[in-house]
Amino acid sequence: MKFTKTLAAAAAMGLALAGAAQAESHGGDPVKAGFIYIGPVGDLGWTYQHDQGRQAIEAEFGDMVETSYVEGVPEGADAERVMSQMARSGVDIIFTTSFGYMDPTLNVAEGFPDVAFEHATGYKRAENVSTYSARFYEGRYVIGEIAGAMTETNKIGYIASFPIPEVVRGINAAYLAAKSVNPDVEFKVVWVYTWFDPGKEADAANALIEQGVDVIMQHTDSPAAMTIAEEKGVYAFGQATDMSNFGPNAQLTAIIDNWAPYYVERVGAVMNDTWESTDTWDGISEGMVGFAPLSDKMPADVAARAEATIAAIAAGEMHPFTGPINKQDGSVWLADGEVADDGTLAGMSFYVEGIEGELPN
Amino acid sequence: MDFSSLDPVAMMVLLIGAATPIMLAALGELVVEKSGVLNLGVEGMMIIGAVCGFIVAVNTDSPMLGLLGAAVGGAVVSMLFAFLTQYLLSNQVATGLALTLFGLGLAALMGSSYNGIRPPRMARLDIGGLSDLPVVGKLFFSHDPVIYGSVALVFAVWFFLNRTRAGLVLRACGENHDAAHSLGYNVQLIRFGAIMFGGACAGLGGAYVSLVRVPQWTEGMTAGVGWIALAIVVFAAWKPWRVILGAYMFGGLTILQLSLQALGIHISGAYLSMTPYIVTIVVLVIMSADRKKASLNAPACLGKSFHASH
Amino acid sequence: MLRLEQRQQPSKIMLYITPVLAVVATMLVGAALFMVMGIDPLKAIYLLFIDPFVDSYNLSQLFVKASPLILIAMGLSIGFRAGVWNIGAEGQFIMGAIAGGAVGLALWDTQGWWLLPLMAAAAALGGALWAMIPALLKIKFNANEILVSLMLVYVAENIIAAMAQGPLRDPDGYGRPVSKNLERHDATTLPDVFPSLGIDAGGVVMLLLLAAAFFLLQKHAMGYQIKLTGESPRAARFAGVKPGVIIAVCLGISGAAAGMAGLFELTGAAGTLSADFGVGYGFTAIIVAFLGRLNPVGILLAGVVLAGTYIGGENAQFALKLPAAAVTVFQGMMLFFLLGFEILINYRVRRAT
Repeated sequence: MKFTKTLAAAAAMGLALAGAAQAESHGGDPVKAGFIYIGPVGDLGWTYQHDQGRQAIEAEFGDMVETSYVEGVPEGADAERVMSQMARSGVDIIFTTSFGYMDPTLNVAEGFPDVAFEHATGYKRAENVSTYSARFYEGRYVIGEIAGAMTETNKIGYIASFPIPEVVRGINAAYLAAKSVNPDVEFKVVWVYTWFDPGKEADAANALIEQGVDVIMQHTDSPAAMTIAEEKGVYAFGQATDMSNFGPNAQLTAIIDNWAPYYVERVGAVMNDTWESTDTWDGISEGMVGFAPLSDKMPADVAARAEATIAAIAAGEMHPFTGPINKQDGSVWLADGEVADDGTLAGMSFYVEGIEGELPN
Repeated sequence: MDFSSLDPVAMMVLLIGAATPIMLAALGELVVEKSGVLNLGVEGMMIIGAVCGFIVAVNTDSPMLGLLGAAVGGAVVSMLFAFLTQYLLSNQVATGLALTLFGLGLAALMGSSYNGIRPPRMARLDIGGLSDLPVVGKLFFSHDPVIYGSVALVFAVWFFLNRTRAGLVLRACGENHDAAHSLGYNVQLIRFGAIMFGGACAGLGGAYVSLVRVPQWTEGMTAGVGWIALAIVVFAAWKPWRVILGAYMFGGLTILQLSLQALGIHISGAYLSMTPYIVTIVVLVIMSADRKKASLNAPACLGKSFHASH
Repeated sequence: MLRLEQRQQPSKIMLYITPVLAVVATMLVGAALFMVMGIDPLKAIYLLFIDPFVDSYNLSQLFVKASPLILIAMGLSIGFRAGVWNIGAEGQFIMGAIAGGAVGLALWDTQGWWLLPLMAAAAALGGALWAMIPALLKIKFNANEILVSLMLVYVAENIIAAMAQGPLRDPDGYGRPVSKNLERHDATTLPDVFPSLGIDAGGVVMLLLLAAAFFLLQKHAMGYQIKLTGESPRAARFAGVKPGVIIAVCLGISGAAAGMAGLFELTGAAGTLSADFGVGYGFTAIIVAFLGRLNPVGILLAGVVLAGTYIGGENAQFALKLPAAAVTVFQGMMLFFLLGFEILINYRVRRAT
């Protein structure tokens, strides 16, 4: 796709953007990358990691790139407006970092065929719209294994946000892994119905700990649970980012959303005029799912096994969802040796056998 | 479902922690309303307190100084409201809302470089033998100083309002500001002071969230608790001891929902989250319907501006 | 020392100037704030206050943002004039969107020009009924409508979350708690009327209702009663005005307006119902109402100015790295200044003799 840019004199005057008005193709001019964030950059979770990716682009390309972002953009008309404004002001590639930005992204993309759009966790594409997401369940499998080995009460707590496939996948993967090293393990899942609410997450962590949980996992965005875990002397896993700052003793490791390699690659593609619409679902092997350093509180054998699992998944030798696995109601899901296909995983809305409690709705 | 792991004492402890910010803010607002002023800016003052407390605590490495900073922050920002409503006679409803909006934005700006920092920890009380007593030990003797302080504050507020001269004067301003003025009392100054007290309490409540309960700073972290505090004041029929009840009910319902889930009992989150608000409305109605009770407690001049006309 | 002296009559000049003074004061303090933050103050002020009205794309978005604010504020102002404080417009906005949206989703497969008006009517009804709760509780039990309507906002937020996860959820949506997108069907999408200003059918309705509000307040007997109740409840009682009727009418109108605004937002901008549907228009509208001095023309202007600051704020974020929070601070400041300057309408500042 060749990108041409019109001299946006009016836009430049009106918007007074930092940086000179842009000319034709990307001969030597900086590529402009824009980011739309659903939450604040300071959430130390989802948005923070995306912003880390943005900063990586700047670090990698220096003067060849100019990045900008708008944070806290609600889904809907506001998102459409911000995207349009970015596109109008000459941004070449726009990253829309929330599922709910799907329709706005597609709408704006239609009006700006020369701008590349990257929609995180979406499933609809267009000629100038790509989708991308990370196989976090691979990360969950690794931490599930560690949790199963490290728990002494055999009760693992899970702070879940919404009962959507992404979250359910995470729970299932973690459970299967924990069970594989510790058949007596039990998962306690609490649904907080929010992605980010430090108060509620702290309360949930406390509630779980009072019920005897000694390892906490979360699919919410703030370090609140980690802080509580540190205070109460239990273990926890960082979510999206290394949270050892909040839990120097508590954090066993963290799943890190590492968008940097993908972002650098995509911006590079724009620079070389090789950008195309793709759907990417990368995991450990491509570096999209990373881990914080393993805590030294882990016995050597646990750490070694974790490293081995990571390597195996990275090499493609192992898939977290490999049969025999049954659904919670007892029916067979995967036969012996069968590996789950991406389609089923994308729409996963059932617990696997062994998890107690109902999946809401 | 494993009821054997249900620990009512543990739940109570959590509940007290969740209720304390609401209680502090509600106590402050109670005094403000008793003086005749309706300050809807509680949420704004709380979050300013949360961020001020956090910043001071991190920079001085002392949670106690942080709490002090929070109280000061809340009081200072409340002065905007006080000045506008008392001396410029602005509409109290609108000014309170402006305070909330302003406070939320300002707190986010102030706190933007403090994301991701750990505050110094607040020690919990640990009285040798007493804290180790079964049930009673955890329930009464192992809390952090703020919780004990907040209960003491309830008593102090009650004592002030009902047993001191100054309290009587304050209540007079709320019941009949013209009469108070003609008796020679400076109504505006008294209200100004009450508003600042309210701001300090709200600030403390906010700091409790950012320094003890979570503890962390993130923008918008008070998540609407300030509005609940306003409702609690009416719920409590403007009586200090009832504020404890109201705050505990609210805190309790949130904790209960989470604890039940941790037990394996699943009740739809959304429907259960509604209950505190619905219960508040019901109680509000009951309180207001009994006109005798209501008139004995709601300050008659609540919300009305005072201007001495010479 | 200065003191305040009451004027014989409210100053007409001040009446018109105070909002302007408030905006100017905000600009000045804002510029100072930006300098402290290391942001170019002139560029920032330009982006926030001027650019939204000058740049054509921004203009075309202006009413998209301003319409719901103006519509809700119009409804609220009628009540505020009477001393009926509806703080729960956000909840009525949400409930209206649910009511209208449910009708649209239930009739998903039918087309027809009548669908949108039907949904708007359902939304108005939904919002009005939700506002009737604090109205009835006030009339019958003297319960403070500020608190009841506010509590109902939280209830409404929980209801929409439950609806979006349950009965109204899109079955093809991968389990996400979001409804079907109503903008996929023309029958449930608001048509544009003046795209260069961002006025769609909802905007037109808003303007018509604004005119109706003007007429109500200036020419109609009910309008007179409403104003009288606000200025002197006692005189109103003597004049035979029934307080219950005023309360019901005011809350009903504001609820209906907010509900309709919710539906217009749903079918004109948002498209889907989800837990995040309410973005605070109900609260911002209160500011618009006050900034607009509770009269329809003022509200129109105030809504446009405030919408401008939202749009300008978004642009400033990615052009100048202005933090999103700064815009909220601004809006709060504007209101503070307005409320502060208002005193000059009824009072003069004099040296104490």
